[in-house]
Amino acid sequence: MSTFKASCLSLIWIASAIASSSAQQLGKTITEADLQQWDISIAPDGVGLPQGQGTALIGKELWENNCQACHGENGKGGPAGNLVGGIGTLKDKNHEKTVGSFWPYATTLFDYIRRAMPYYAPGSLTDDEVYALTAYVLQQNGIIDENTELNAKTLMDVKMPNRDGFVQYWPVQPGTK
Amino acid sequence: MVSSPTSLPSSEEHAANGGLVSRRWLLRSGLVAGAMSASGSLVHAEQLRVPEWSSTPGLKMTGYGQPSPFENSVVRPALDLFPEGIGDGSGVSFTPLEKLAGTITPNGLFFERHHSGIPEIDPAQHQFAIHGNVKRSLLFTVENLLRYPMVSRTCFIECAGNSLFNSMDEPQQRTAGEIHGLIGNAEWTGVPLRLLLDEAGINPDASWVLAEGADAAKMSRSIPLAKIVDDEAIIALYQNGERLRPEQGYPMRLVLPGWQGSMNVKWLRRVKVLNAPVHTKDETSKYTLLQKDGISKQFTYEMGVKSVITSPSPGMEPSNPGLHLISGVAWSGAGRIKRVEISADGGKSWADAIVDQNPASKALTRFQLAWDWKSEPAILLSRATDETGAVQPTRSKWYEPYNSNQLFHQNSIQAWSVSSSGGVSNVYI
Repeated sequence: MSTFKASCLSLIWIASAIASSSAQQLGKTITEADLQQWDISIAPDGVGLPQGQGTALIGKELWENNCQACHGENGKGGPAGNLVGGIGTLKDKNHEKTVGSFWPYATTLFDYIRRAMPYYAPGSLTDDEVYALTAYVLQQNGIIDENTELNAKTLMDVKMPNRDGFVQYWPVQPGTK
Repeated sequence: MVSSPTSLPSSEEHAANGGLVSRRWLLRSGLVAGAMSASGSLVHAEQLRVPEWSSTPGLKMTGYGQPSPFENSVVRPALDLFPEGIGDGSGVSFTPLEKLAGTITPNGLFFERHHSGIPEIDPAQHQFAIHGNVKRSLLFTVENLLRYPMVSRTCFIECAGNSLFNSMDEPQQRTAGEIHGLIGNAEWTGVPLRLLLDEAGINPDASWVLAEGADAAKMSRSIPLAKIVDDEAIIALYQNGERLRPEQGYPMRLVLPGWQGSMNVKWLRRVKVLNAPVHTKDETSKYTLLQKDGISKQFTYEMGVKSVITSPSPGMEPSNPGLHLISGVAWSGAGRIKRVEISADGGKSWADAIVDQNPASKALTRFQLAWDWKSEPAILLSRATDETGAVQPTRSKWYEPYNSNQLFHQNSIQAWSVSSSGGVSNVYI
């Protein structure tokens, strides 16, 4: 091997050594099954909605025991703000933003109850209970009736009143800034 | 050159009505402090005494230094969002902007916004996952991340609800920090998120990620992948040289320079690579801008160009006539601050303030100007322009598309009314 070739090879070796040290590759591979308890986000496509079901009738008792102290009887008048009412008021100066009047997707309601509620014991509800409470909030808003069973399929059939009430600013359109 | 009373600014030096002195005068004076000491310097001083602290040895060293006890009023005023016993830990505390100088926010005074309190995370047990639309799902420990090459970036983080009190129908009488202090500016050091995403291998059709915290609310926001690939997303482990404080996301948080504060997810536990946004609670029911026509703007990520005069301001009031320094901070989520103008007559005339000539992008920038105040009523305003040419709007202009209780992305001009006795109050113009 010529000296030239040898020095070229050693340069390549040094370069690759630097490259590998700057890309540490310290992440440990993990399976989606191992991530199951963390992977709780539910997008509007409903992918990841768990098995289970519930109705507003079942949700009413759960509401009184878990939610009412902060969110009020029937979802109104509680210290943490109304979740019910205000549908059709968004153009008014004294509009009311609630789950019923403002939230565009029912999947967000399921996601948020399961993720963060009740405030002092998030994650304590079963998936059946989350479906039932989701159904209760939707029923109080007049979006479904009290006997409608919500599950991974029927939740996707719910169209929220303000579904088309948003204009997306990403990416920023020319002249809209 | 240090100014003497004879070099007080003449009326020719005035750059706008109400006693605003041309920035050229202040720059010519060399030292700002020297120029500002010109007023009242003819009073004769008393004979000096040797104070007690010069006559006896002082205290021992300490493990972690604390501010002087004489500075114990410099704190973050806190605001609970709900009554006691309801949603405890969910609230905000404000950076006391009017009590700080320069541009860096001390770590203990950096504003807070928590959606379910501050988790007490053991770094040895904290884990961070990247998964979703990637070739390999990966799990990292804090110890892992500390071994990666790091970058440092000075930038602000501003809550999208900052200045919410100016969304009320009547101006609220609060300090500059209590109105505009949901912002802080720091040097963040950590691992570029892109480096870790590359290790996981992003699939070509991916376009969004979900970032999620390990707090009890599992605070989560969708982020366009373009911000991470093209810009500067950092998983920050350090703030101003030390490890993050618990209330700032210890042991790790996302930093997205210039974008809504809540997207800078604290206590980061997971980034899921996706093809579409998740429409989480905090990007639909909150942090969206409801307009008069009933349609809401969504995904309005970049924080607008903004400034506020911190002195004079409520509680930082001129006590006697003469030369004063008007000082404040400006920032823009779009880039560098190019210009700040000041008015003392409610916007009829404007003078250019002195602005740092080489400000950092998406970072707080200090501005100042001399003010020859003659005990006359004044309306002080500051108006910032950024390098994209965006100009800070008036409050009425800003509100044109919105009802008055729309509070997100409020970047309108702050007006301080100064009375003839020197009292400063919040007014709308």
